[in-house]
Amino acid sequence: MNMGTILNLVTYLPLIGMVILMMIPRSEEKLLKSWAFLVSLVTFFLSVVLFVRFDGGNPNMQFEVNHSWISSIGASYHLGVDGISILLVVLTTLIMPIAILSSWTAITSRVKEYMIAMLFLETAMLGVFVSLDLLLFYVFWEAMLIPMYLLIGVWGGQRRIYAALKFVIFTMVGSIFMLVAILFLYFMNHTYTGVYTFDLLAIQKIQIPFGVQFWLFIAFALAFAIKVPMFPFHTWLPDAHVEAPTAGSIILAGVLLKMGTYGFLRFNLPLFPQASVYFAPVLLALAVIGILYGAWISMVQKDIKKLVAYSSVSHLGFIMLGIFAMTVESMQGGVIQMINHGISTGALFLAVGMIYERRHTREISEFGGVTQSMPVFAAFLLIVALSSLGLPGLNGFVGEFLVLVGSYQTVPVFAVLATVGIIFAAVYLLWMYRRVMFGPLVNKKNQNLPDLNGREIATILPLIFLIFWIGIYPSTFLRKSKASVEMLVEKMNLAKVEVQKIKKKKFADVVFPGSFFEKK
Amino acid sequence: MPTISVNSGDILSIAPVIVLSIFGIYLVLQGIFAPRLHRLTLPYLGLVGIGVAMTANFLLLGKTETTFSGMIRVDSITVVLNFIFLTTAALSLLLTTSYSDQVKIEFIEFAPLMLFATVGMMLMGSAASLMIIFLGLETMSIALYVLAGFRRHNRRSLESALKYFLLGAFATGFLLYGIALTYGAVGTTELQKITEFIAKDPLHPSALLVFGIGLIIVGFGFKVALVPFHMWTPDVYEGAPMPVTAYMAVGAKAAGFAAIIRVLSIAAIQISYDWTQILWILAVLTMTTGNIIALVQDNIKRMLAYSSIAHAGYILMGVVAGNDLSVRAILFYLIAYMFMNLGAFAVASIVSGNEERRVKIEYFSGLGFSRPILGLAMAVCMFSLAGLPPTAGFMGKFYLFSAALKSGYLWLVIFGVINSLISVYYYLRVVVAMYMQDPVDQKAIPQLAPGVGLVILAAILGIFYLGLFPNAMLSLLQ
Repeated sequence: MNMGTILNLVTYLPLIGMVILMMIPRSEEKLLKSWAFLVSLVTFFLSVVLFVRFDGGNPNMQFEVNHSWISSIGASYHLGVDGISILLVVLTTLIMPIAILSSWTAITSRVKEYMIAMLFLETAMLGVFVSLDLLLFYVFWEAMLIPMYLLIGVWGGQRRIYAALKFVIFTMVGSIFMLVAILFLYFMNHTYTGVYTFDLLAIQKIQIPFGVQFWLFIAFALAFAIKVPMFPFHTWLPDAHVEAPTAGSIILAGVLLKMGTYGFLRFNLPLFPQASVYFAPVLLALAVIGILYGAWISMVQKDIKKLVAYSSVSHLGFIMLGIFAMTVESMQGGVIQMINHGISTGALFLAVGMIYERRHTREISEFGGVTQSMPVFAAFLLIVALSSLGLPGLNGFVGEFLVLVGSYQTVPVFAVLATVGIIFAAVYLLWMYRRVMFGPLVNKKNQNLPDLNGREIATILPLIFLIFWIGIYPSTFLRKSKASVEMLVEKMNLAKVEVQKIKKKKFADVVFPGSFFEKK
Repeated sequence: MPTISVNSGDILSIAPVIVLSIFGIYLVLQGIFAPRLHRLTLPYLGLVGIGVAMTANFLLLGKTETTFSGMIRVDSITVVLNFIFLTTAALSLLLTTSYSDQVKIEFIEFAPLMLFATVGMMLMGSAASLMIIFLGLETMSIALYVLAGFRRHNRRSLESALKYFLLGAFATGFLLYGIALTYGAVGTTELQKITEFIAKDPLHPSALLVFGIGLIIVGFGFKVALVPFHMWTPDVYEGAPMPVTAYMAVGAKAAGFAAIIRVLSIAAIQISYDWTQILWILAVLTMTTGNIIALVQDNIKRMLAYSSIAHAGYILMGVVAGNDLSVRAILFYLIAYMFMNLGAFAVASIVSGNEERRVKIEYFSGLGFSRPILGLAMAVCMFSLAGLPPTAGFMGKFYLFSAALKSGYLWLVIFGVINSLISVYYYLRVVVAMYMQDPVDQKAIPQLAPGVGLVILAAILGIFYLGLFPNAMLSLLQ
């Protein structure tokens, strides 16, 4: 079978599964859940096939699918994966069955609509990671909002409507300016080449003047910075994460946040290399602020879920640091850390969900000494917490170490500040663990909590397995992304030379040039 | 006096108009002479008439000519506009199939009046002379005035008819005065000759001509409810019967823009660069006012009225752009707008229940789970109106933004985009009510009549087809 077909299949199988699921009657809840789980599992296995066949030595796009879509405006149906996106595709397809499995007993009302939303969301997320056409990417990017909005708003917690609306409006603010920028690129490409197209690979070839790059970079960066989320655009995250149902939080943290960093890697850096180099100090500063700020706020949280939510801000800061330090090591670290964060934080939310299902509270003060009633859970939570804070031997260490080593070469100050952030991560995670799991079992309600059942172990075990695999032998994954990352870094190094020349010119002249448009 | 020669070929060029007029007259007579027929006979006969007119319209495909001595123009724009008007009329007539159950009034004149209004719209779309535009406009408007007040025992309906009539008459007065001044300056009302006149000296139009075009813009501005000529829209839309509101919101607006395309985008295009400044301001004002006031509406009809004002602002962006892309973008947007608006009104007409008592948005609560089809249809229409992919609304806005950006109007596009964002909030409010709130009394919502079901089906299919595969439609509009 043609690899391009498999890529198509991986992207759309959840959607096809969703259509079939719509025909299953609402009362057959077990069948609905099983079918959704089966579809997502098959999608996962297909994506593993893609992963195995992926050639890590080839920096270009592989498994491409290219058909004409809206020929009158030049939009094409162009899919493909490179080293960065293949890892994210596998992450997505891994997280989905785990998320569906985790909601087996948690979601009791409107199961059919829930599964429909989940499967639709999966296709939309996969579409974002594999699209190589700007319009197609935008369609998938926005399409992902609707099911997420429903997931938070219908099956969420108390303040769910507020959280869902905040999530949608925040994300849309960013993406709407990205749309203007996409249109701008489209017309610019026509001016340069005479061809109307939205194809990313074609647009990558044109040399955009720095003044224009400046503004386009900001437009795209806004959309992605809100998604990451970078400080100070992060305020939607705690609400969305806390109010979402467990599976929603797992997907949000595991996959959705990565779309922001992926966007930087796929669009901002290759399309606007000089602007990226120029803006790198700003973004690095925001990244480090995110690391430290996220960690400090996590330390004072009383709700476990909110603590984990803010820890995401902190971890994503490391990824952004890795990306904008622009060395091969730091970027590889950023890429692998994307996967790691998905696994570790996904697992953390999974654990929080398990506790919540038993006690219907997430207040740290309500717990204490849970190790005594749930020893298996305690073991798993410890492994996950240690992975999140970067203990050597587990996955978090690989990513953070690469990022820090890489960024120390180019931006040592930021690297040092970020290293301090690791200490704080240890503080909030270990302190939380101690307060919840260790110590005397004071609260009577915690005494007879059932330990993990088979299904729950099945959801968390794959993640634990990967935590160890990436921690001990990360090469399996790193070698897939190596070539693509190296190509990107080379492009950045070339850009650095040119930015030196630009810095000598007057800023205002470059950024606000004469009118660029064709006047009618 | 110039002579007007009418060839036999000319009759064919207004074939849809003639067909529909004949059907309209026939329906009036049918209603008078056989009043005891089933109340749905006349709308269904009207649908037959629209079908025949649609066939006649396809006969016009591929022609490009000016007939009736320069009064009527047939080209691809005409065919598309006729298609839009006829489809709107058909779908609105289908809405009356269930509406006549919910509201107790005599419906005999309803179908023929709709057909006559459509005749007026089609004339506006195929006009090559300002007088024909006026003729079409009046035919459409008078029919709509009566239709708005059709529920003659309901105060709101009567108020809406009277408001519409008074303000419409004033606007027509402005339009006619503008036409007169233009005639005075140019010497003819034929659009082609006006274009040639302006082309001779585009930088120094006479004051008479400037005032003339200005007053014409005011007249049209009223008809498509641009700000600050929009004040009648919410009250008239709220008071008129639901199928009429649906018909007005789509058809009357499309007809107004048809006239604007004919006059401003084609005829006065050289002079229009003076007017682009004013139109730019009108577009931004219209979008912003419509969206902001819609934020605080709790009545679904008023919300949709303000939303239609905002959409007129987006379409005006296309007029401002004035390049080869803009007419195509406007027509595509009108088709998309037709589907999403009619779908929304279809669901609203069902939910509003008997005598339209339940028109507040809170009555939509829980609809998503108690009546899944209605909820899904409304959700799809709301997402499309907000401009979220992969719907027709997104493609339409995208195309309009492209046209505007191509001519260099960056700030206009930024305003458009910010307004789309603001609109998301009030469209999503309906979705929130439907899916995230507890249901209200469900028994008061009538069953889905097949006619309305057909409208909803057409709307959903149209929205997704245009959203995912707009290529066919776009290449048709070349």
